[in-house]
Amino acid sequence: MKKTVKRVKVKQEESVSLSLTVNGNRHVLKVRPAALLLDVLRDVLKLKGTKPGCHEGECGACTVLVNDIPVNSCLYLAVRAEGKKITTVEGLTGPGGALSAVQNALVEEGAVQCGFCTPGMAISMQALLNTHKSRKKSGRGTKSLSRDDIKKHFEGNLCRCTGYVKIIDAAEKLLAQSE
Amino acid sequence: MKKEYTIIGKPVPKQDAKIRVTGRAVYGHDIEIPGMLHGAILRTAHPRAEFELDTSAARKLPGVVCVITGDDVDTNNISYKRDHPILKKGVTGCIRDEIAAVAAESKEIAEEAIRLIKVKYKIKKGVFCPEEALRENAPRINPYSSGKFSHPNIAEVFHYEHGDVEEQRKRSKVILSRRFTLPRMTHACMATSNITASFSPVDGKLLLYSSTQVPFLYQRDMAHALKMNPSDIRIIQPVIGGGFGSKLDMYPFEPICALLSIKTGRPVQLLYSREEEFIASPTRQPMIIDLTAGIDEKGRFTFREVNILKDNGAYTSWGATTPFVIMQAFSSLYKVPACRFDAKAVYTNNVFAGSFRGYGNPQATFALERMIDLLADEIGISKTEIRRINANEKGEVTGQGLHYETCGHRECLDTVITASENKRTISPSENKQRFLKGIGYASMLHVGGGAKIYRSDGCGTTLKIDPYGFCTVITGSNEIGQGSETVLAMIACEEMGIDLSRIKVINTDTDVKPWDVGVHASRTSFVAGNSLLGAIRLLKEKLSKKAAQLLGESDATMNYTKGQIVSAVSGASIALDKVVREMHFSEPGELAIASYFYEPSSRFQDKAFKGNVSGTYAFASQAIEVEVDTYTGNIRVKDIWVAQDVGKVLNPLLLDGQIQGGVVQGIGYALSEELLMKDGKILNPNFHNYKLLTASDIPEIHFYPVETLDKQGPYGAKGVGEAPLIPTAAAIANAVADALQAEILDLPITPEKVLRIIAGKKAEKN
Ligand code: FES
Ligand code: FES
Repeated sequence: MKKTVKRVKVKQEESVSLSLTVNGNRHVLKVRPAALLLDVLRDVLKLKGTKPGCHEGECGACTVLVNDIPVNSCLYLAVRAEGKKITTVEGLTGPGGALSAVQNALVEEGAVQCGFCTPGMAISMQALLNTHKSRKKSGRGTKSLSRDDIKKHFEGNLCRCTGYVKIIDAAEKLLAQSE
Repeated sequence: MKKEYTIIGKPVPKQDAKIRVTGRAVYGHDIEIPGMLHGAILRTAHPRAEFELDTSAARKLPGVVCVITGDDVDTNNISYKRDHPILKKGVTGCIRDEIAAVAAESKEIAEEAIRLIKVKYKIKKGVFCPEEALRENAPRINPYSSGKFSHPNIAEVFHYEHGDVEEQRKRSKVILSRRFTLPRMTHACMATSNITASFSPVDGKLLLYSSTQVPFLYQRDMAHALKMNPSDIRIIQPVIGGGFGSKLDMYPFEPICALLSIKTGRPVQLLYSREEEFIASPTRQPMIIDLTAGIDEKGRFTFREVNILKDNGAYTSWGATTPFVIMQAFSSLYKVPACRFDAKAVYTNNVFAGSFRGYGNPQATFALERMIDLLADEIGISKTEIRRINANEKGEVTGQGLHYETCGHRECLDTVITASENKRTISPSENKQRFLKGIGYASMLHVGGGAKIYRSDGCGTTLKIDPYGFCTVITGSNEIGQGSETVLAMIACEEMGIDLSRIKVINTDTDVKPWDVGVHASRTSFVAGNSLLGAIRLLKEKLSKKAAQLLGESDATMNYTKGQIVSAVSGASIALDKVVREMHFSEPGELAIASYFYEPSSRFQDKAFKGNVSGTYAFASQAIEVEVDTYTGNIRVKDIWVAQDVGKVLNPLLLDGQIQGGVVQGIGYALSEELLMKDGKILNPNFHNYKLLTASDIPEIHFYPVETLDKQGPYGAKGVGEAPLIPTAAAIANAVADALQAEILDLPITPEKVLRIIAGKKAEKN
């Protein structure tokens, strides 16, 4: 894939320069040392899909993948992401706007209501799917995940609308399909 | 025979789910307007105090564009009773109070400016309990209260009665009295409150991007607050990240943001932090319910006497009017020949209460359904039998005047009782172990066809077919995540014979859409659905006439299917888009547009609070099994059986989601959620200490829709949104009481409470 380099100007007196690869695009920017990844994604890169639900690491709405590991971007210093690969909800969608398997499952199962938790949920679900697939590939994961295991995986993502049932259903279905 | 539908009743995914799941949906937080400033609010540090402000340092901070206090603005008081100043002057009434606000070039600067405002407080002793507020020498809490009641701290009173309570008292075999105490719960919407205001000094128009649930009432309230002309205010609703009733009123931050924009002539955005969301949002009303109820020797309810004391907080938002709904539960859920009801909302220096899904009904249902279990035990009937004996019936007109033209109460009860009995397999011996199991039942009654609380409970629709055969539904109603957009698109699809992908729903702009009273009272599918059906009927008359003319038919009876208009007589057909083009471009041309306004048949209540306030009523029953860990006090909800009279299932996928979401909010109310307050301050303003349920807490939810096909509803449907939450806490409390063989009279049922009950029982035994 072609990597594009975007330059974003930031007005800050004491700032450090930072190189981030977000959804396959490399960005070189200047940020305050204390800037949080969530704020850099939303305010500097204008990737507003990642949602600020609490800014204190409790709701999971801001979940993104950093080198394929899900993190709360509201607690993650942007400078820590230097040189790492970041995936936000915008990065799940394929070329031409094709929904990913995770996104499709959430839509089809009716797991989206107000949708504010959804980007974080989608990223968490992607992480679950990735681990599941790689475990299987490496032969470590012979046992399939139980519904309770799946529920546990989503403990860090709060949702006020759906009651979680359909989100869990979507994940269960997706994992079953990847068997 | 049931009618066959093309799409109604099918599981259609939400039309707007794709933009949400890809991160492309624009919520209030995502809006950016060129030149936009960021607002921040300074709130009081003390619930009841006199204060003086020094804003000079804040005004000098580079990047600060505007600082306002109560002295800088000319506004009217807001809220239901107009007893709430937008920016407080000199005295504070509760910890939510806004005392100054700032607009600055960045969020950081705005926050810094807030910190630079110096406040000198003279702290006064506050009143934090409604009983204390009613003492003779209690200070007057709200200087703007009407003062028309027996005590200046009373914000609102309700008295209602039907039947002869004294007579029924004599007829009763058993009479019980209990006091029930209900906590303060908060909406905790995942998107925090937000607004972006853009005032144009050039033409004096104010544009607001607001997540209100009631855009037209909001427009009126905003105009009143700012002393503007309502039509100069345009409300656009971005995608909304959760409502549940929290956005039914207008709160001070909204006119404050508008004022900052008016003063600066620039757009201003104000976003709550999560902490601010916990502190400054309205809550479910805490209340004390004293209930006395009787039952005769055959197990029939005789009377209910209810006394409610509600903590109104310092100002009057919609919380004060919840007795409208509460009294319906007491007067009309299960048959009861007599009821006397008194409720008072009392000012305190606590935070004010607003509306929250269920609108008082979860509290009422908790008291009532708990009492039913106590009565059953006392008189020696089973908990299921007592409910069956007294269940509501079709055709009933209740003491309060509610007409149950359809009623699924009995079927709901039978369904959950049978389903839970089939599944349950506890032997009595099991209940001697560490884990005690119990089962509880509860039902609910709620409005299902709007609720006449404002002069109009109506909704307007304008329907347009364009020359390409696409259909645009311009509806007064709005989408807050519940799926109304999808249900309306499905109705248009069903009736017009147009593919779902060709239907657009416009619902976000007060300059464009016709009147609607707002998203509340589970009314949207019912009222907006009927309104759309009316518009479709009118539009089809036009289209059919033209089609008949073009087909050379004398009869304009037409069927609409697959984009074609088909003569019911000859079977000849013509494409819908062609008919539209012929209409538009002939001499004289005519638009393929129709508008319709639907107002439900319901009536305002009379002065005695009697009358048929809704087009139809919804019923539901739940049976819930719990397991109590006697070592830790933890309660695990295992299975929930839900049967709900939904009239007709319009979209099972969205319906399930509403049920599951509501039930889970109900479990939270029962077990874990409470906004804790001490001396007027909130102790747990964060997700760490305010316990929302997580995915791991979710039990199996078994849902059985009951279809009663109400002739008032679109395709027979009734409102569904609030019902699933209403009986849940009651049924859980009944189940825990069953497991522990103890009385539960308050919520939430925390592990500490469970352990205290167990310890108490042990002490009793010894
Ligand atoms: S915003 Fe990061 S966890 Fe809530
Ligand atoms: S869908 Fe609204 S918070 Fe999850």
